[in-house]
Amino acid sequence: MSLDDWQLVVGLEVHAELATNTKIFCGCANSFGDEPNTNVCPVCLGLPGSLPVLNRSAVEFAARLGMALECTVQPSVFHRKNYFYPDMPKDYQVSQYDLPINADGTLELPDGSVVGIERAHLEEDTGKTTHMGGGGRIHDAAYSLVDYNRAGVPLVEIVSRPDIRTPEQAQAYATELRAILAATGVSDAKMEEGSMRVDANVSMHKPGEPYGTRCEIKNLNSVRSLGRAIRYEMERQVQLLESGERIVQETRHWDEDAGRTRPGRSKEQAEDYRYFQEPDLVPVAPDDEWLASIRAAMPMLPAARRTRLAAQTGGDVDVALVVERGLDDLVLEAIAAGGDPGRLLVHASNNLSAGAGELSARPFAELSKLEATGALTATQAKTVLAELVTAGGDPAAIAATRGFEAMGDDALAAAVDAAIAADPEAWEKFKAGDRKVTGFFVGLVMKTTKGKADGKAVTALLDARAQS
Amino acid sequence: MTTAQQIADAVRAGERSASEVLEEHLAVIDEREGDVHAFNLVMRDEARAAAVAVDAGDRTGALAGVPVALKDNLCTRGIPTTCSSRILEGWRPPYDATVVARLAAAGAVFVGKTNLDEFAMGSSTENSAFGPTRNPHDLDRVPGGSSGGSAAAVAAGFAPLALGSDTGGSIRQPAALCGVVGLKPTYGLVSRYGLVAFASSLDQIGPFAATVADAALLLEVIAGHDPLDSTSLDRPLPPLVSGLGDGVEGLRVGVLTELVHAEGIAPDVRRRVEAAAEALADAGAKVDEASVPAASFGLSAYYLIAPAEASSNLARYDGVRYGLRVDAENTAEMNAATRTAGFGPEVKRRIMLGTYALSAGYYDAYYGKAQQVRTLIIRDFAAAYDSFDVLLCPTSPTTAFRLGDKTADPMSMYLNDVCTIPSNLAGDPAISVPFGAGDDGLPVGVQLLGPALSEATLLRTAAVLEGALQ
Repeated sequence: MSLDDWQLVVGLEVHAELATNTKIFCGCANSFGDEPNTNVCPVCLGLPGSLPVLNRSAVEFAARLGMALECTVQPSVFHRKNYFYPDMPKDYQVSQYDLPINADGTLELPDGSVVGIERAHLEEDTGKTTHMGGGGRIHDAAYSLVDYNRAGVPLVEIVSRPDIRTPEQAQAYATELRAILAATGVSDAKMEEGSMRVDANVSMHKPGEPYGTRCEIKNLNSVRSLGRAIRYEMERQVQLLESGERIVQETRHWDEDAGRTRPGRSKEQAEDYRYFQEPDLVPVAPDDEWLASIRAAMPMLPAARRTRLAAQTGGDVDVALVVERGLDDLVLEAIAAGGDPGRLLVHASNNLSAGAGELSARPFAELSKLEATGALTATQAKTVLAELVTAGGDPAAIAATRGFEAMGDDALAAAVDAAIAADPEAWEKFKAGDRKVTGFFVGLVMKTTKGKADGKAVTALLDARAQS
Repeated sequence: MTTAQQIADAVRAGERSASEVLEEHLAVIDEREGDVHAFNLVMRDEARAAAVAVDAGDRTGALAGVPVALKDNLCTRGIPTTCSSRILEGWRPPYDATVVARLAAAGAVFVGKTNLDEFAMGSSTENSAFGPTRNPHDLDRVPGGSSGGSAAAVAAGFAPLALGSDTGGSIRQPAALCGVVGLKPTYGLVSRYGLVAFASSLDQIGPFAATVADAALLLEVIAGHDPLDSTSLDRPLPPLVSGLGDGVEGLRVGVLTELVHAEGIAPDVRRRVEAAAEALADAGAKVDEASVPAASFGLSAYYLIAPAEASSNLARYDGVRYGLRVDAENTAEMNAATRTAGFGPEVKRRIMLGTYALSAGYYDAYYGKAQQVRTLIIRDFAAAYDSFDVLLCPTSPTTAFRLGDKTADPMSMYLNDVCTIPSNLAGDPAISVPFGAGDDGLPVGVQLLGPALSEATLLRTAAVLEGALQ
């Protein structure tokens, strides 16, 4: 079997919960993790006689996302998607069908590739079923409990075109979309909490031939799972195709522990949703003025923020990661306050994974200057930074409190000489070009100076001594 | 007979108490309800408490102390709401329908929940899980349907006012058969919030009353924009009661050919329509023949659109959350067992019909085509209203038929709605007003149709017919 003979084709369907205060068709709170069945009312429980009223914020959020994805934001209508499921209170889902609010957009990935967006439409979420007893699956459970807090939470379903060609590109798409959802405030987009859910349509074909039959992979709980599942599915499908078998169009579930996909319920493929226009709602026709105000309030998107940061710093560091963490504004402000761009970026990408906390631009800039001038070593700077994140303050003062003073050149030279004298044998090796013992000497100097020495300066001194 | 207006005036003036009025009506109920079976539930205790509250509180509401019967598909907080179906067994809504809340605020006293064809599907009130309602004029005959209980309640004097719902004639046809006034308002004029849905794009709540003026009074109380119903119209309705005596001088009345001569219209009913046309002409109206060609296809289109929407609206009765549950091995089987046991045959027939009409491969031929017919009906009515202010036709093809006469043949039952359905498809208002009797001595209603929001015109025209009889 050779994957090289085959071309992967992937299209992604992403469901994102909108971060509105209330649900899409009623006034119940849209909030995650509350006591089961506390955020419910006749409307989201689908009680007889209740009627939906569309939440204006949900339309606004969806339109904002549509604009961020370069979609045409258009008049739309809601349809009913009919099927029976216990966590769906009305046994139909109110969704959009042939006239979605957003159509025909694009998403540009950090590597410059562009994935087409077919549509990004509004719909309501379902409740959540927990199967009790047995193996915790619907088939062998003794009974099931349903929590309708999530029923009626607004969703956008973003459907990409089948433009994705590698697992890495699929991961980059999911990552970039997540960043856009977060940057625009449209969604928390947390895959682990289910506020962003990714399904992948995967098929394999030989270049020049028509697309193959696709399988829809569900239950992907992280960007990592997405990549793993696609890779697994590539191998599975190619194996079948090369042994002359056909791919069955089906839904498959990713099993994270087993590292494989499994077929879902077979009856799903025969489902007929009997879509028809939702008679309880009227068409949505946002006026141009309102749309213009949404567009005017659009925040800067991740792609533009990456370009802006890279332009400031030369872009040797992982600017994408810094933007993803939302630290780019802080770094840029610190640069504007006279900070050292290189040191700031290193900290933002390596030492601020949990966020900036109490750290503000000016102290951050000061810290980078202390470091750049050699007043603080990298290790000391990291310690001071941690304190700035938890409590804020003045970096120089923190350094003084901790006894982090600049080490004079003479003192450093004395410490290095003492280290050399301490182990002549190792020193001979160093002089002979064995750089493996560098670490030994640096460690020794650090120990005697109690960490005040700068590692790079020590190495430079050792080199100078060896050549003289 | 005491009208709702007279009761409200007397209670407001302190001449009568709401409790006194209520006891009189409860006495009539005690006397005849055993024969008529208009109610699924007589709310004696709640009504007495409400009457006491009216008497103790301010009596200025438009309906202060007036007994009102509610069709049992209108949600009443804490009071069983059954839709005459086993499947809603035990369910008590946690909220009031908007119309119920408005009536309560106006001082109305609810005497009970009235019987109906299950989920409002039928034309005789025989499709009720709790047994049929009988016509107070002849207990061997049906009251019509689906709001047969509300029509019978008003006709029997159980309450001067009642609310019904009309999806294809369910207010007007029973009004005609029971000899009372029934009005289906413009779609969107009355909030549907709290009306258990049959076919959402057609359903509309409306009044039953013994007189045209009382129907106008009740409609004024329940009409008006409701933010809880997205299809509710956000336009003010012209006053209804104050213009009732304005007459029909110069009004252009069209006798609607396609419906006067539709299949199955009995000669005695047709004669009453002709007499109504004469009465209006005598009163100064300009009467001519009118044509709405597409109206002839109304029945066929309706029996695709209404079941299609019903198949979706009734999906929620699955045994999971409320009402009946018949346990089974797994969820899908529990759903099926519950629905098999809980729904009657007519409801099942329409769910199957509607499911089929929406299915992939059939949608275009059935549901899609029916929607096109609906568009044509709207267009043809609009054209007719260029030349006419009001259209006149029968309400029901015949007077009240005998119980059991049409239960074996659904098609013959469906044909009862041939004259009423077009207004639902068009979304326009229509009123049925009693206009004499047929050869069998039973009441005949004639129907007046008008363009959207023409309720005031329809009511004053109906008032002229009402006056012509006296």
